[in-house]
Amino acid sequence: MTGKNIKVLIAKPGLDGHDRGAKVIARGLKEAGMEVVYTGLRQTPAQIVRAALQEDVDVIGLSILSGAHQELFPVIMDELEEAGLEDILVLAGGTIPDSDHQELKEIGIKEIFKPGTPIKEIVEFIEKELAE
Amino acid sequence: MDELRDYYQEWLEEELKPTVDNFGSRKKEFKTASDIELEALYTPLDIDDLDYLSELNFPGQYPYTRGVYATMYRSRLWTMRQYAGFGTAKETNQRYRYLLEQGQTGLSVAFDLPTQIGYDSDQPLARGEVGRVGVAIDTLKDMETLFDKIPLDKVSTSMTINAPAAVLLAMYVAVAEKQGVDRSKLAGTVQNDILKEYIARGTYIFPPEPSLKLVTDIFEFCSQELPRWNSISISGYHIREAGSDAIQELAFTLGNGIEYVESALERGLNIDDFAPRLSFFFNAQMNFFEEIAKFRAARRLWAEIMRERFGAKKDKSCMLRFHTQTAGAALTAQQPENNIIRVAYQALAAALGGTQSLHTNSFDEALGLPTEKSVKIALRTQQILAEETGVADVIDPLGGSYLIESMTDTLVEEARDYLEEIDKLGGMAEAIEAGFVQREIQETAYEMQKDIDNQEQIVVGVNKYQEEEEEEIEDILKVDPELEQSQKESLQRVRVNRDATKVEKHLTKLREAAEKEENLMYPILAAVKDYVSIGEICGVLRDIFGEYEARHF
Repeated sequence: MTGKNIKVLIAKPGLDGHDRGAKVIARGLKEAGMEVVYTGLRQTPAQIVRAALQEDVDVIGLSILSGAHQELFPVIMDELEEAGLEDILVLAGGTIPDSDHQELKEIGIKEIFKPGTPIKEIVEFIEKELAE
Repeated sequence: MDELRDYYQEWLEEELKPTVDNFGSRKKEFKTASDIELEALYTPLDIDDLDYLSELNFPGQYPYTRGVYATMYRSRLWTMRQYAGFGTAKETNQRYRYLLEQGQTGLSVAFDLPTQIGYDSDQPLARGEVGRVGVAIDTLKDMETLFDKIPLDKVSTSMTINAPAAVLLAMYVAVAEKQGVDRSKLAGTVQNDILKEYIARGTYIFPPEPSLKLVTDIFEFCSQELPRWNSISISGYHIREAGSDAIQELAFTLGNGIEYVESALERGLNIDDFAPRLSFFFNAQMNFFEEIAKFRAARRLWAEIMRERFGAKKDKSCMLRFHTQTAGAALTAQQPENNIIRVAYQALAAALGGTQSLHTNSFDEALGLPTEKSVKIALRTQQILAEETGVADVIDPLGGSYLIESMTDTLVEEARDYLEEIDKLGGMAEAIEAGFVQREIQETAYEMQKDIDNQEQIVVGVNKYQEEEEEEIEDILKVDPELEQSQKESLQRVRVNRDATKVEKHLTKLREAAEKEENLMYPILAAVKDYVSIGEICGVLRDIFGEYEARHF
């Protein structure tokens, strides 16, 4: 799968208003040829799952900087599964301590990108994962 | 000057150019973070049109380029004010008392996101967020605990609260009165800067029009009741964090300031009654000289705006007093200890720029909440700067530097151009509504990311000098997940123990006052004293004002 056929949902769960990263990533993925939908701030897990379903996306990128990831990500993953969307590639970024990465990977989040990750690395990761 | 110009040309052509041709340049082009092109050398030629008295003048004299006070740090150092708050009011109170014992001189309250968005801890949208990025405040009860054994007539307190600023300010006044402190003695700041929430920070509740009305209510209340209180902190900090450059930070912040002043004048307030209590908040980023010039440019610009545009008469109305925080966006998750050094340079720029107060970030904040140890290092960084280096001993020590004066001038001019463009769009509220400001910032943010990805901008540990095996920082402050439950239970106890008929009465009065467009500070103050919660108050206002729906640009 190349960038051209990939559709991505960039989502902001939780209440934090920091979406510089989310918007920069959205723009970077678009320039790599992907189709990108950005949800905007303060999305509940149910809203994110609904958007993923309606937009029929291949990838969800969750961006959170409030520290509520351990509370909200499991709910999102459960609701994705209930909606039959467990095949979607789910990635995350934001302020997520290293010590939480393992736990989040265990619930099905494929990768957590730390601040400072080049956009190219994320593009390549998505293309590689979806090719498999 | 003509002679100097000839010598300079000669030096350029016969010395500099051949040497550069021989050895090459380290970079394709040398420019600041705001894309201002840099000369190799600055000389008197770069400031030959500078008029000392009208553009710089002495510290404490219009246009205050060299500082707002005559003595600056010779009488009193800047206020060391670390933004802090997490978990419940009880834990945060302990952290405050620790910081005060360590020599911190002012408090700065971080509220959790539900509080900032006007939700009680037991509302469904608060799930997972209670006590995370700041302290959870539902009712006056929490505020009493937060300031327990902290004498509010002795400390000054800054509160980062915007959409529900009126509620938290009312609670602060109520706690002070319970401590026996008269409200006229209270010193501090409410951020109360709603416009930048739509642009950059995201904790808005209501649409712009009623929000601006609430801002003005606070201006009016403060000018009548709280003579030592800063009624707003007009914030460029978050605009910069969202990805703007220094020029945009200046222009959009002062543009927001103009909008607030106009809105207060429309209410019929007198400029010199409220303008002396307007304060500002800027970012200290990495590009050292540009940052110093930015602070100086901000002072000159604001003084001109106040005197020339608004006809302010009092000196104090023209003085731009500001808080500075080092840049969160400059902190790296990679090799986090390096952030200590970054913060030190940024803090130095703030001191050389004449800040009134300073927050230095902790090195571990790209990873999570700072620990007690990392917060202490951040505070010590300021103390070393203030008390060991001697930078605080001379006022505006870089004033007169060919580079700094030339750059201050350039920033003033560039920001003025932007402000003219904003005026043409009908002011900041209109420019935000049209998405102009958001698009400008997003564009800069994306270009900046590309520069880092292409290594045109170096970030040590991120795109140069990386390490294969990153050392894991284990010691991250964790907020206890049980806390949300206990906060909900304590809110429930308050609800059971308060007088329910009084609560109903207050909410009805608030509704009527909001419908009649009265100043809401007074009914809110009465309500919080009877333990009406922030969620209940904001709920009534949501009903009447509606909620802001962000659009994406």
